[in-house]
Amino acid sequence: MSKKPSKGGAPSLDMTPMVDLAFLLVTFFMLTASFRMAEPVTVDPPSSIGKVTLPDNHIMVTIDNDGRVFFGISNTTAKINALRSMAQKYKVSFTPEQEKKFTGLPSFGVDIKDLPRYINASENERSGFQPQKGVPNDSLNNPQLKDWIAFAGREAVLAYNEAKEKAETSGQDFKAEKPRYAIKCDGKTKYILVKDVVKTFTDLKIYQFNLITSLEGGGTVLDEGKPQNGL
Amino acid sequence: MAEIAEDGGGGHKKGGKKRAKKQSTKIDMTPMVDLAFLLLTFFVLTSTFSKPKSMELTFPVPPKEPTEQTKVKNGVTFLLTKDDRVFYYEKEFRAKPEGENAATDLTELNFSAESLHKFMLDKNKAMQDAIKALDEKFQKRQLADTTYKRLVREVKADKNSYTYLIKTDDKASYKNVIDLIDELNINLVGKYVITDITKPELDLLNAKTGG
Repeated sequence: MSKKPSKGGAPSLDMTPMVDLAFLLVTFFMLTASFRMAEPVTVDPPSSIGKVTLPDNHIMVTIDNDGRVFFGISNTTAKINALRSMAQKYKVSFTPEQEKKFTGLPSFGVDIKDLPRYINASENERSGFQPQKGVPNDSLNNPQLKDWIAFAGREAVLAYNEAKEKAETSGQDFKAEKPRYAIKCDGKTKYILVKDVVKTFTDLKIYQFNLITSLEGGGTVLDEGKPQNGL
Repeated sequence: MAEIAEDGGGGHKKGGKKRAKKQSTKIDMTPMVDLAFLLLTFFVLTSTFSKPKSMELTFPVPPKEPTEQTKVKNGVTFLLTKDDRVFYYEKEFRAKPEGENAATDLTELNFSAESLHKFMLDKNKAMQDAIKALDEKFQKRQLADTTYKRLVREVKADKNSYTYLIKTDDKASYKNVIDLIDELNINLVGKYVITDITKPELDLLNAKTGG
């Protein structure tokens, strides 16, 4: 109305603020994104109303459909130290490069004797790695899972204490949590297989777990008629 | 900001004289926006925000004597088996009738709102009501945070309340165990435990399922 019509030509729009915004968001997402390496196995955990988020500092045992056991440690210091202890016990040697590469692996399900070969494999080769039979969990002859848990647990607590001490001496806030043991398991797995893993833990006098579950969504029959109470 | 002064660009070929030609110096930003949003989309889709959720569970310390059977007063025992089937019995297990007590028989439930959920709702009514009453008081700020938590704990640990035992055979799936625990949690059950199935229980279960 009061505005003058533009003098011919295509109407132009100043894109600059939009570019600013877009790049701001890109920067934000780039910096906050934490990339996950592909897990060696996909498991579909059952749903529950559990709302406890898994602590960052955890030792996780994953059990897939066929009962294969995969092991992962979140704390990198503990991971390297546990690997060293395992290497010593099972007389396998790792080069420093392999140790470094190992910290980047999310979880693994191979015998310690195959682990150097598994680490050296490229990401594509790993998915078809043979024999990926899971970490052996034979309490009598080959208690590798038990040793992994024991070493990882010890190292994770040590790393936690060290970080705590460091923070206290420098007077900083200390926010890290104590390591927790998590079990992630596919819904279709036979419970008896989970029981074996739980037995391994209880043998080590570990009784508290976080069982990973997906958030309750629609679809399950149990959703209907739930009492709504504020707990 | 985005305007770049162009000098020596095309457009003044005619004559050697420098002539300030009225020419737009704006750069088309659209491809840049395209690129930025492409990257944005990529990062939004690949970044993982949500940490996995979990359910905290404490397993019992195994008894020192392996033969020692835990005696549970007011117990409800769930037996889980294949094909998502779940059975239960109350009180102690009796393979044969003893005096006026008949032999234990299993009742079947299923994982639906009408069956298991209703069963739990009935069983745990008193405790749920007690907790709800506490809840209301807490909402109205008649109770302090710590008192509320302590009272809820006390209600849940009530001696006369039921203890729920979860036992599975070799064929039960992990999902069923989690579903059952979840149902107990939903119904605010304070005492439940996963333990090993005993031989007589297994026999009875097998007789029921015909397996």
